[in-house]
Amino acid sequence: MSSTSTTTNLLEGKKLLVTGVLMDSSIAFHVARLAQEQGAEVVLTSFGRTMRITQTIAKRLPSTPPVVELDVTNDEHLDTLAERLGEHVPHLDGVLHSIGYAPPGAFEFMSGTWEDVATALHTSAYSLKGLAQASLPLMSRGGSLVGLTFDASFAWPVYDWMGVAKAAFEATNRYLARDLGRGHGVRCNLVAAGPIRTTAAKSIPGFEAFENTWDQRAPLGWDVDDPEPAALACVALLSDLFPATTAEIVHVDGGVHAMGQ
Amino acid sequence: MAMSEQEILAGLAEIVNEETGLDAESVQMDKSFTDDLDIDSLSMMTIVVNAEDKFGVRIPDEEVKNLSTVGDAVTYISANQS
Repeated sequence: MSSTSTTTNLLEGKKLLVTGVLMDSSIAFHVARLAQEQGAEVVLTSFGRTMRITQTIAKRLPSTPPVVELDVTNDEHLDTLAERLGEHVPHLDGVLHSIGYAPPGAFEFMSGTWEDVATALHTSAYSLKGLAQASLPLMSRGGSLVGLTFDASFAWPVYDWMGVAKAAFEATNRYLARDLGRGHGVRCNLVAAGPIRTTAAKSIPGFEAFENTWDQRAPLGWDVDDPEPAALACVALLSDLFPATTAEIVHVDGGVHAMGQ
Repeated sequence: MAMSEQEILAGLAEIVNEETGLDAESVQMDKSFTDDLDIDSLSMMTIVVNAEDKFGVRIPDEEVKNLSTVGDAVTYISANQS
């Protein structure tokens, strides 16, 4: 799908931090692209050896944003994030969390070790709190924190401990909404996207199990190759259009979450 | 104008050198990315995205797994360059 945005300048003047841009198939890449098209100034994060990929892919955006190093499991990175971001933007109006990782062992539920699971929880769930806390010094004017989940209400094929990590991620979002609302004015919401064929998804063994049935089950149908609907929802939540919405999960899944079969 | 296979090889060797530090001369058509050049999947992704930009081609993920040797990559880029 090409850009379907019908409004313009939805994010005029907003400063956004977008994590999770790896390839141009990444949902986060499309959030960054749409955000720039809607008038936002964007800063990306990446880390370690993926920095070079993100820096190359960043040049494919309408304007090339700076890429700041951030490993969400590294306390030093988190502690210095606001200061390092301050070199590029005076404040933040919004943050996109698009980060998840589980070791291969975590995709085998009964044999996954605590070490595998701990890594999955740290990187994929606790990191939402870490990112929020690290960004807060730049969000004194309030703002919007948006994360990407895969509906954790069900036991899915192959998702296993990553599904458990997503359940923790969704709970973390609720607690952040509680603690960052009054006093901080930060809204915390998630987008539960249907399966999209990103690099992250393709690294999950047996991911095709989701792909094959989703389109049939979705009242609106579902295209696993189109990250734009999920990205548009993120942009909407980052905008001022949902001023009284927090602790919410918006499903962008073609309607599958509400169907019995 | 389309680049020759030799020019593509030279450009690819430069990208491999930047990513891995390997001598450009060691990047030869018959070398396997994994077995001979010891390039892991993350380095391969970096090489692919840089090659896409340098040569103006699109290399889909499904295609990357078919590119086992440097020669495979050069042939693919040569056939698909704009």
